[in-house]
Amino acid sequence: MLTLADLRIGEHGEITGFTDEILSLKLLEMGCLPGTEVILTHHAPFGDPIALKVSGYTLTMRREEAATIQIKRK
Amino acid sequence: MANVTRIALIGNPNAGKSSLFNTLTGMNQKTGNFPGVTMDKLTGIWELEPGRNIEILDLPGIYSIYPKSIDEELVINILGNPKHPDYPDMAIVVADASNLKRNLLLFSQVRDLGIPTVLALNMIDVAENQGFVINSLKLARELNVEVAEINAKKGIGVGGLKLAVIKTLKHRYASNDALPLAVADELIEDVQKQFGEADPYRSLLWLMEHDRMKMFNQEQRESFDHLMEKHHFESKKYKSSETVKRYEQISEVVERCVINLNRQWDAEPVKTWTDRLDKVFIHSFWGYVIFLAILFVMFQAVFTWATYPMDLIDGGVAQLNDWLKGILPDSPLTGMLTDGLIAGVGGVLIFVPQIAFLFFFISMLEETGYMSRVMFIMDKMMRRFGLNGKSVVPLISGIACAVPAIMSTRSIGSWKDRLITILVTPLMSCSARLPIYTVLIALVVPEKNTLFGVFNLQGVALFGLYLLGFFMALFSAWVLKKILRAKERSYFIMELPTYKGPRFKHVAISIYNSVRAFIFEAGKIIVAISIVLWVFASYGPGDSMAKIEEQVRLKNPSLTGVDLSNKIASEKLENSYAGHFGKLIEPAIKPLGYDWKIGIALITSFAAREVFVGTMSTIYSLGGEVDNENATIKNRMRAEINPDTGKPMYDAALGFSLLIFYAFAMQCMSTLATTYRETKSWKYPLIQFGYMTTLAYLAAFLVYQILS
Repeated sequence: MLTLADLRIGEHGEITGFTDEILSLKLLEMGCLPGTEVILTHHAPFGDPIALKVSGYTLTMRREEAATIQIKRK
Repeated sequence: MANVTRIALIGNPNAGKSSLFNTLTGMNQKTGNFPGVTMDKLTGIWELEPGRNIEILDLPGIYSIYPKSIDEELVINILGNPKHPDYPDMAIVVADASNLKRNLLLFSQVRDLGIPTVLALNMIDVAENQGFVINSLKLARELNVEVAEINAKKGIGVGGLKLAVIKTLKHRYASNDALPLAVADELIEDVQKQFGEADPYRSLLWLMEHDRMKMFNQEQRESFDHLMEKHHFESKKYKSSETVKRYEQISEVVERCVINLNRQWDAEPVKTWTDRLDKVFIHSFWGYVIFLAILFVMFQAVFTWATYPMDLIDGGVAQLNDWLKGILPDSPLTGMLTDGLIAGVGGVLIFVPQIAFLFFFISMLEETGYMSRVMFIMDKMMRRFGLNGKSVVPLISGIACAVPAIMSTRSIGSWKDRLITILVTPLMSCSARLPIYTVLIALVVPEKNTLFGVFNLQGVALFGLYLLGFFMALFSAWVLKKILRAKERSYFIMELPTYKGPRFKHVAISIYNSVRAFIFEAGKIIVAISIVLWVFASYGPGDSMAKIEEQVRLKNPSLTGVDLSNKIASEKLENSYAGHFGKLIEPAIKPLGYDWKIGIALITSFAAREVFVGTMSTIYSLGGEVDNENATIKNRMRAEINPDTGKPMYDAALGFSLLIFYAFAMQCMSTLATTYRETKSWKYPLIQFGYMTTLAYLAAFLVYQILS
C-alpha cells in the first residue's frame, strides 16, 4: 500500500485512507481528508519530518506519521 | 463582573484572532506565529455601541473543539460549561478565508454547542490573491449566521462586525438541535437525565471529553464511562466520522459560495513568498547555517552590544552610592541605603539591557513565523533525546528566563515530551546566570588572549558555558527518556504558517512586558534578599560585633588608617549572622573550593541565583575599603587573598568550579513554582531540584579537584 511517506519532493498524491485511529482525527481536523490532494514540498534535514501542501497551506509531520496516510498517485 | 456581556474570540492559530483582539480592545498583549502563544487568560473591553462596553475574552488558538494538548483543554472547559465564570454570551469565530474549509470546521463545532456565533472572515485579500472569491452574503445565508468581512491587521471591517454582533446578541439565533452525525437518542437522553438539559452536541461533548473537563468529579466520570459502555459508544470513531461528515457539509457550502478562479486555467498554484523563503530556511544545509547564524547574532547582541548600557548602569549606580555616602552622615541607615538597597536595585537593573535584547530576538522570531521552521528542522535531532521539535522554543526562551520558557511547553501535545522539556529547560543558561558568568570569567580568563587570533577568549568561555548548559539539557533529557514511561504517543503534526512582517508594536509590547515582569517580580526578591543580607552581615549574635573593633586594635597595634578599617570590617563580617551561616556550611562546600563567604552567596542564591553578584557586592563592600578605582565588584574579588595559600582566592580552579556550579544548580524559586503549577505535583519540582543540585555539586567537585 502506497503511503504519504513514499512520496518524493514535488510528487502529488490523493489521500485514500488512514491506518491509525488516533492520528487520523488530528489529520482530519487539519484538513487531510480522503480525496484531498497533497504535494510533498520539503524534507527537513535527514529526511524527517516532511512538509506538504494540503488544502492551500503547509503542514508538517513526521515520516512515521505520514506512513499512516494511505494515498494513490495522481 | 456580573451582567457584563462577554464575547469569546475563537479561531485557528494564525487566523488573526490576536490581531482582532488588539484592534477591538486596544489592549496590549503578545501575539505570535506559532501554535500556543496565547495562553494566559486575556480579556479586554470593547465599546460595542456608545455607552455599551462588553468584555472580549481571547481563547487559545485551536483547530477543533477536541483538545490535543493542555492549552487546548481550556477552550472546552469554558465553552462546554455554562456555569463557568468565563462562559461567554456569544462567540466570534475568526476564520482565515484563505483556508476556509479547515476554519469552518471549528466554526460549525462551536455553533453546534449552542453558543450564538458570528463568523468573522479575515484575510480575504490573501484568498483573492490565491484566486478564491468568497460570496460572504451567500455564506451567511447558507450557514444561517451573521458573517462579517474584516481585515484584523489593518483594523478594517470593525463597523460591520459590530452590526453582526449586535444583531446576534439581540436575536440569539436558536441553537442547533440536530447532531452532525446521529447517535442513539437514548444515549443523549441518558446523558441529559444524569447531567442536566443541554444541547445534544454539548451533551455529546461531555460524554466524549469528560476526563478533560474539570466540571465533573470522579464519580461522574465513572458514570460517563458506564454510559459509553452501555450504548457501545466509541468516542474516537465518532469524532473521526463526525469530522469527515462536517467537512462534507462544509465542502458543499464552500462549493456554492466560493468561486475558484484557478480552476479555469488548471495551473499549478502561484509560488508565494513563503514557498521561496522556505526553499532556503528549511533547506537541509542552509537551514541550519541560517539558524546558527541567527543564534550567533543573538548572542553577539546579548553579550557584546548589551555591555554598553550595562556598563553605564553599573557605573551610574556606583557613582550614586559614592555620592550618597559623601553627602549623608555615616550611620547604619546610610549603610543600609547604599550598600543594601541601592546595591540591590543596581543588581536588578543591570539585567535589563540583556533581557530586552533577548526578548527582542525571540519575539521577532515568533512574529515572523520563523520559529515554526526551527521546530521543523530540529525535530529529528530533538527526538533522539526524548524531546520534540516544539521543545526548541522553550529551550531557546530558556536563555532568557526559564519561567516563561516552561509555560511555553503547553503547546507540546505529548505529556512525556512536555514533562522532559520542563525538567531540563532550567539547565539552559538563563539571563540571571549571565552576570555571574561575566564577573567570574573576567576574574579567571585573561582578557587580552585570543583563540586563533580572532576570538576573544572570554567570549569563547562564555559561549562554552551556554553550550555546556545546552548539552547537559540534552543529556538529562536522554536519561529522563529512559526512565519515564510514556502515557501517550508523541506526534508532530503542525501547521507551518506563512511568513509575515513583524508587527513591531507587538515586539515592543513583548519586550516591555518581560522587562517589567523581571523588574517587579524578580526585582522584589532580589532587593528584599539584599536588604536582609545586609542586616545579617552587619549584625551578629550578642554583643560580639561591638567588641571586635577593640579586639582588632589590641591584636594589631601596628595597623592604621585604611588597613585598620579593612581588618575591622572583615572581622565583623566573619562574626556576623551571615558569617556564622557561611561557616556552618563551609565543610560541605570546602571540597568544591569554596569558603564561608561564597557559602553566604550560595545560601542566598538558592532563592534566586541572580542574587549572587549582589551578595558578593554586599559582602565585599562590607569587608573592604571603598574608593573609586576599586569600586567594582570584579576588582574587589580579584584583590581577595586565600588565607590558606596566600595566593589570589579566585584562581582558575575556584572560578571554573563556581561557574560550573551556577551553570547546573537549580537556584530559582520562581522556576520551581512554575514547574509545580505546570505539572500539578510537588514530585516534579523536587526531582528537578534534586537532580540539578546533585549534578552541580558533583560537576563542581570534579572541576575543582582536577584543576587545583
